[in-house]
Amino acid sequence: MNAKTQDLSARSGKTARGVLLATLAFGFGLPTVLLAAVLVLSPVSKPAMLVAALRAVGVDLSAWSPNARYVLWAVVMVVLALIIVTFAAVISGMTVWWEMRVSARMQSRIGYNRVGAGGYFQWIADAVKLLFKEDLIPADADKLLFRASPYFVLTGFALVFVALPFGESLIAADLNVGIFYITAVTALVVVGILIAGWSSNSKWALFGGMRSAAQVISYEIPAGLSAMVPVLMSGTLSMQGITRSQGAWPWEWHAFTNPFALVAFGIFFVSQLAEGNRTPFDLPEAESELVAGYLSEYSGFRFALFFLVEFGNLWVMSAIAVTLFFGGWQVPFAGPEVFAAARGAGELPGATWWGLQVASMLVFVTKTLLVLNVVVWVRWTLPRIRVDQMMSLCWKYLVPFAFVTFVATLLWEILVARAPVASHVAGGAMVAAMVVVAFFFARQTRQNISAVGDRVDFTNW
Amino acid sequence: MEKLILRRVDRQNEEMILNFGPQHPSTHGVINFLVETDGEVLKRATPDVGYLHRSIEKIGELVGYPGFMPYTDRVDYVAAMFANEGYAIAVEKLLKLEVPPRAQWLRAISCELCRIASHLVSVGTMVMDIGAFTPMLHGIRERETINDLIEALCGARLTYNYHRIGGVAFDLPEGWRDKVLAFLDHFDKFLVEYDRLISFNEIYVKRLANVAVIPGPMAVNYGLVGPNLRGSGVDWDVRRDMPYGAYPNFQFKVPVGKGYFGVSGDSFDRYYVRCLEMAESSKIVRQALESLPEGEITAKVPRNIKPEAGEALSRVESARGEMAYYVVSDGTNKAYRVRVRTGSFTAMSVIEDISPGLMVADLVALISSLDVVAPEIDR
Repeated sequence: MNAKTQDLSARSGKTARGVLLATLAFGFGLPTVLLAAVLVLSPVSKPAMLVAALRAVGVDLSAWSPNARYVLWAVVMVVLALIIVTFAAVISGMTVWWEMRVSARMQSRIGYNRVGAGGYFQWIADAVKLLFKEDLIPADADKLLFRASPYFVLTGFALVFVALPFGESLIAADLNVGIFYITAVTALVVVGILIAGWSSNSKWALFGGMRSAAQVISYEIPAGLSAMVPVLMSGTLSMQGITRSQGAWPWEWHAFTNPFALVAFGIFFVSQLAEGNRTPFDLPEAESELVAGYLSEYSGFRFALFFLVEFGNLWVMSAIAVTLFFGGWQVPFAGPEVFAAARGAGELPGATWWGLQVASMLVFVTKTLLVLNVVVWVRWTLPRIRVDQMMSLCWKYLVPFAFVTFVATLLWEILVARAPVASHVAGGAMVAAMVVVAFFFARQTRQNISAVGDRVDFTNW
Repeated sequence: MEKLILRRVDRQNEEMILNFGPQHPSTHGVINFLVETDGEVLKRATPDVGYLHRSIEKIGELVGYPGFMPYTDRVDYVAAMFANEGYAIAVEKLLKLEVPPRAQWLRAISCELCRIASHLVSVGTMVMDIGAFTPMLHGIRERETINDLIEALCGARLTYNYHRIGGVAFDLPEGWRDKVLAFLDHFDKFLVEYDRLISFNEIYVKRLANVAVIPGPMAVNYGLVGPNLRGSGVDWDVRRDMPYGAYPNFQFKVPVGKGYFGVSGDSFDRYYVRCLEMAESSKIVRQALESLPEGEITAKVPRNIKPEAGEALSRVESARGEMAYYVVSDGTNKAYRVRVRTGSFTAMSVIEDISPGLMVADLVALISSLDVVAPEIDR
């Protein structure tokens, strides 16, 4: 039997070592390379650092005209932007792979297992397939708007990364209106979806677009209000400022130092699920009701862009939640003075400083992936709610409670200003409570699994 | 249909006409609904059936009595055992045949396993229509085991052709009884897990309770049968009230919708009645395996079946409710008329009257809670 006619399903369950190594190298290598590029470029793209870095490698910029220096700086910024957008696309693809593997385990299926070890390269194969698909535009569609809408969605998504931190000094631009800016540009996504729904000239797409508009605009309000709670606690809108006002340990995080902030996190999380069109709020593309909602008429690359944004949004929503509520990139035992000392007085920071940057990036990425995993669990567990229930949940429950947490946090801050110990007591108590909750959660999970005669098995992966 | 098109011309384009099907993920086959909506709220949903009409009743007049048996599988491919059984019983009545007890028991066992399989598909797709994918695949996983068991019994996984006129085709394979009992032990635990996973999920209950309520008298008037009828609180089960085959020998309860979370007759009741019926079916299979008599598995049936002129009506409790075969013989070896009365067809009729005021998402819940199967509607 030659290789071409061989039945692939007949081969043994073991992945070839070469495939395994290639998958591991690529799976860890690609994000590592991209993150390393972000790590180097985001501090270096600051003008002063750029001059110092180039002088260190022997290029003296002081002889250049100011315009030439601006051009060089702009080029570096463009490179950084490209790398961050590439990272967003890669992380979106990897999220698809992870989600499919996790959902397969939840559903007693095998899941991706063909392309590469654990089917890792499936997301690349899917993307390539979508690139080669025919690009269909329905006959009576509004052709200009139909073509334009994926770019609205992609722009709204990519712009978020400008103010999204990756580490202590690793941020494209630490805007002083950070969280406000992020909320604003995310709203572009709904514009794209609405345009897609309208221009497709399909009733299903129209339904999806209208649902999406109603949903995302409604949930912006509780999301914005609950995001104000960490802002109140930090006294700044800047993403880095919010992170710096928290500590590395759980009892120093915003979510656990203020009981109302934990409620605010719940509201924020639900609102973000709704804004990202994730189950239980996947109404705009509810496949059992609206076929595919606003995506009904899209195919090929345009569909791929929507898909990329949908899964890339998981990273965005998790990263924002981590920054606002869970201490962001804060590294244990490394306060601001440790970073300052490591940086040294020279123009270029020392090796220790870069090491600390790597540590902060690792902390941030790990936390973000953990939150992302929860979003995946939620998607494959819950059914979808109805349109009227979605609206009443937002306006009757989330918005009032968001206001309550807002006002209560103001009072809490007065209390903390009078008696700083309140914050520490709350931190200790809430972390202890969380540990107890986690213990009971694990025990209940174990009981549920063994109740049907299964056993907890981490090896079958 | 013509009326609808007329209404469409008359109107000032204030509402939208939506073709919900024939290709739509949640119509469960090739069915079309002409949906008039005002935004998300339905004015009316008119079922448009007939896309899957395959003249099965006519085929029954053209092939001989035994030759029609494989065609009955296609009446309801999700629960083919019952379609087999109903036809077999009708022809046996024409022939005045006495079916041996072991065959009766085997029929009951195979039918109840098939009922579990069919209800698993029903509750699974219902959950999927409400938006949760995981519980559906858990149901399909259990159904796969049943398919394996039935495959071991009769060689087919979907269109069984297991029941024959006068009995059944095959006896139990070796070791089958233990496999079934092991599966049922697992399955009873699975049902508890399934309830915990999705049936009592807050969102799920909110989506179904008090939605698309069919009151008991209305269900009777529209001729709803089976779980749809019992979901509306009407206590009627052919297995208990007009016993046939081996059923008088088994103890089982008939679950009735009593408004578990909303009012009796809502979508949740229709759903949950099916969950409860699976547990009852499991009990019946256990009892039947316990008391399985020895003996022949088919009666003496002539090779060329030529019943005397006359007519016979059989009623069996299918997974989709009461299924009736009406067979008229004119004394030749082919039936003069075969008529199949199925639950899905009548269930479609109620949709138009229930739909006004529902939302689009509720229509999906209504359709899937009625558990219609397209070939059973059109035949």
